[in-house]
Amino acid sequence: MIVFAVAAAAVVMIAAVVLIVLALVFYLVSTVIALRKITAGLDDVIAGVSEIVEKSAPVNEVVADINAQLDTGVDLLEGLLVQKAGMRDAAGLVDGLYPGAATAGLRAFPESAGVVPTRIGEVYTRGALTLARLGREAPIAALSPAGAVLRNVEGGSLAARQLYPDVRHTAPEKLPTSPVIGADAPVRYEQRDDIGAPRKRRPSRRP
Amino acid sequence: MTLWWIGNAVLLLVVLPVVVYLLRGVLEAATSIVPTVQGIASMAAAGSKDLDATALLLTTRDQIEQTVAGLADYGGSLDVVLDDAEQEDRQ
Repeated sequence: MIVFAVAAAAVVMIAAVVLIVLALVFYLVSTVIALRKITAGLDDVIAGVSEIVEKSAPVNEVVADINAQLDTGVDLLEGLLVQKAGMRDAAGLVDGLYPGAATAGLRAFPESAGVVPTRIGEVYTRGALTLARLGREAPIAALSPAGAVLRNVEGGSLAARQLYPDVRHTAPEKLPTSPVIGADAPVRYEQRDDIGAPRKRRPSRRP
Repeated sequence: MTLWWIGNAVLLLVVLPVVVYLLRGVLEAATSIVPTVQGIASMAAAGSKDLDATALLLTTRDQIEQTVAGLADYGGSLDVVLDDAEQEDRQ
């Protein structure tokens, strides 16, 4: 009886240990498989990040160079504009193209921030502003970068003609009407008596 | 003998559930990391693909150099063609 009890207790203990070992094996193997997937994924991440680092390495240098070139161009244009148009008109031209930009002033001329700009819109026609705008932005004829276009590129020439003063491309408001001729004309010229009458004959000369 | 049975009971009713609970937690944590890492890998690949156009910055730099050079030429010509503003206007 005692031997049977001891054997039963041993069997139960062995079974418990086997269960624990099986649980350990199952979960640890599953964990190892998951960790291997994580390792493979991290390898992909490292490859992608390495490509990003490699591709973005020259960006700083190139962008700094581009900015330097653009700064040179801006300084050149601002200098030429100020030299040719004067500080006040230059600020007015910039303000006409980009309303409110004159308050910030020209970058190469910090003193231009305090200049009262001329109202270029009253000095130059809108066509001149459009022509000036051609060199600054596209599409052409935009009132401002955020606004609607002045000229409807698909809608005929009316909008384009309105860019210019009326006297150049539109008819005067009221042209004089053509005169009415004939017997029923409201205004008739005085009829001369000699019209239609026999021609006066001069005395002939005799030699 | 009684202590042996008590030990068996503890082994089955306490140790085994605790071991299973702990190992299951570790497995769930490791499993939850896998899709996250795969998502990061796909995002890194997409980011790398987006940066393929950075090589065009070299072309942009060259074209801007040429543009600024042409601008300088035009500026020199305009400087000759146009009269300067009055001295008091320039200030």
